[in-house]
Amino acid sequence: MAGTALQRRLTWLTAQVRDNRSESPSVHRLVLDVPGWPGHRAGQHVVVRLTAEDGYTAQRSYSLASPPEEPDLHLLVARLDGGEVSPYLTDELRADDQVELRGPIGGFFVWSAAADRRDAQEGRRPVQLVAGGSGVAPFAAMLDHHRRTGSPTRLRLLYSASTQEEILARDVLGPETTVTLTRGVPAGWSGEAGRIDADMLRRRTFPPDEDPRIFVCGATMFAEAVSSSLLDLGHSPSSIRIERYGSSGEPS
Amino acid sequence: MTEPAGPSDTTAARRLDGNAAAGALADLFAVDVTTARSRCPSCGKTSMLGAHHLYADAPALVLRCPHCTDVVLRYATQQGRILLDLRARLLTIPAPAPANESNGA
Amino acid sequence: MSVLSRGFRRGRSQERSDGRLPPGQYDAGDGFPVLSAGPTPSTPLDRWDLTVHDETGERHRWSWEEFRVLPREAVSVDIHCVTTWSKFDTRWEGVSLDTLLQDAPTTARFVLAGSDGGYTTNLPLDDVTGGRAWVVDTYDGRPLAPEHGGPARLLVPHLYFWKSAKWVRRLTLLPHDRPGFWETFGYHNHGDPWLEQRYSGD
Ligand SMILES: Cc1cc2nc3c(=O)[nH]c(=O)nc-3n(C[C@H](O)[C@H](O)[C@H](O)COP(=O)(O)OP(=O)(O)OC[C@H]3O[C@@H](n4cnc5c(N)ncnc54)[C@H](O)[C@@H]3O)c2cc1C
Ligand SMILES: [Zn+2]
Repeated sequence: MAGTALQRRLTWLTAQVRDNRSESPSVHRLVLDVPGWPGHRAGQHVVVRLTAEDGYTAQRSYSLASPPEEPDLHLLVARLDGGEVSPYLTDELRADDQVELRGPIGGFFVWSAAADRRDAQEGRRPVQLVAGGSGVAPFAAMLDHHRRTGSPTRLRLLYSASTQEEILARDVLGPETTVTLTRGVPAGWSGEAGRIDADMLRRRTFPPDEDPRIFVCGATMFAEAVSSSLLDLGHSPSSIRIERYGSSGEPS
Repeated sequence: MTEPAGPSDTTAARRLDGNAAAGALADLFAVDVTTARSRCPSCGKTSMLGAHHLYADAPALVLRCPHCTDVVLRYATQQGRILLDLRARLLTIPAPAPANESNGA
Repeated sequence: MSVLSRGFRRGRSQERSDGRLPPGQYDAGDGFPVLSAGPTPSTPLDRWDLTVHDETGERHRWSWEEFRVLPREAVSVDIHCVTTWSKFDTRWEGVSLDTLLQDAPTTARFVLAGSDGGYTTNLPLDDVTGGRAWVVDTYDGRPLAPEHGGPARLLVPHLYFWKSAKWVRRLTLLPHDRPGFWETFGYHNHGDPWLEQRYSGD
């Protein structure tokens, strides 16, 4: 891993909402213009803060779904019915509204083309991404970053979505991606079907003898199931990095 | 009643990773400590703070060792003060890169 | 200078104006938030016991079967969490600490509760005797769920809920106070919600 970056002091920045559009039935894409944004690495997240009129504040973390090369910041926010923050972000926030955030946050769950160039040995290890639902957000940033930098690093994504309509970030999914649908497949579907298990991981991801760097992201119970299957397949714990999103509000 | 804490356990379903504490810890540290390796005060095993278990629903952020689940760090802000209980026996932090490499790229 | 989020409100909260809401608290309504600082322990009942210690060692031990036949009480109380939610008319059943600590040594002035998973919290003996504290194993007519502290937790409803240690296994009687998990981390040593004793110094 490359040396740690000295981080700027994190301050609350005011983001201008450029667009808030539906990405899928349950997910919105927030496009934010953030004056003073210091730049980020693919995989990092921000903390969004909402302030009510009575002064009450709530904060939640959201992965950056856009690559460092893109000046606007994109978030993919899943609406959790009954949730405190996400329904506000998806349904109430409008273009030209403002929202506070701080970031970029977290150097643990990142992949960068430049770091792979600097560290040739590390750069030779392929990168395996495994996503569940909105957990594809940081990988959308990584895939886009990979393409825009023309990185030679070998990279694959195995992505679990509930239905075809719920597939997010379609514009950046290419041949490196395998999608599996967990709640039924449409006629003519050529991808995988069902939950990600050891067998699907064996067929669709880099095997342990290629020593991949593995990133897993999604609801906590999803990440838990995937990481234990990966360990069963013989991947070493130190090659797996996990970003748990917490409870998805539904049985996973 | 004897039913063990299984998949229906809310606490297990809400657990996060040390990486999610990076924003809070940035108020204290000049470098990102999620890639720092931490030696557990109980079992002596070493792992990156970003790979520790994070319990964020409690009155403070509580980071636990991924091997033995013992407490490694507690962090809270209370009324204008920051409280840090760092129990890790040794933190090894990658030296900061030159400032011009700090972000982007 | 913070940006107001037009139309944003605190989730899952209800108004309450009958004087039962301590300062700074909100009514969580039907919800029962789970606040955990660690994994949920699971001790099989045949290996569960509850012990009372003093400085010199163990004074009492009850197995699960023995605990279940102790004199029981049913209580309906309001509970208040330091993270600002309160929950009203919660119904519990269990054994009063008056029963468990019957023959406490005269030198004892404090209790340190210890739980599976390593959690501790300290209480003055006066706060847990006189019908003010219980070890409960039943919530709302059902066995207490592991995530809420089952098989058995402490219930001290007149103090902030962190004093009501989940998964309690041991009560240690002490002549001197010994601060517990949160009390050593800036939280108030006593924790009276009506005096808003959240943090040390409050
Ligand atoms: C590093 C990181 C990155 C993330 N990135 C994304 C992202 O890119 N996109 C995305 O959509 N999400 C992301 N998340 C999840 C996000 O931060 C929020 O958790 C999510 O949006 C839900 O927030 P909410 O306020 O709507 O729901 P909440 O009100 O927080 O509720 C969430 C669920 O938990 C339950 N709940 C809440 N509190 C308790 C409690 N104390 N006890 C028991 N149950 C409780 C609720 O009933 C509900 O089912 C990320 C999380 C992390 C940690
Ligand atoms: Zn350990």
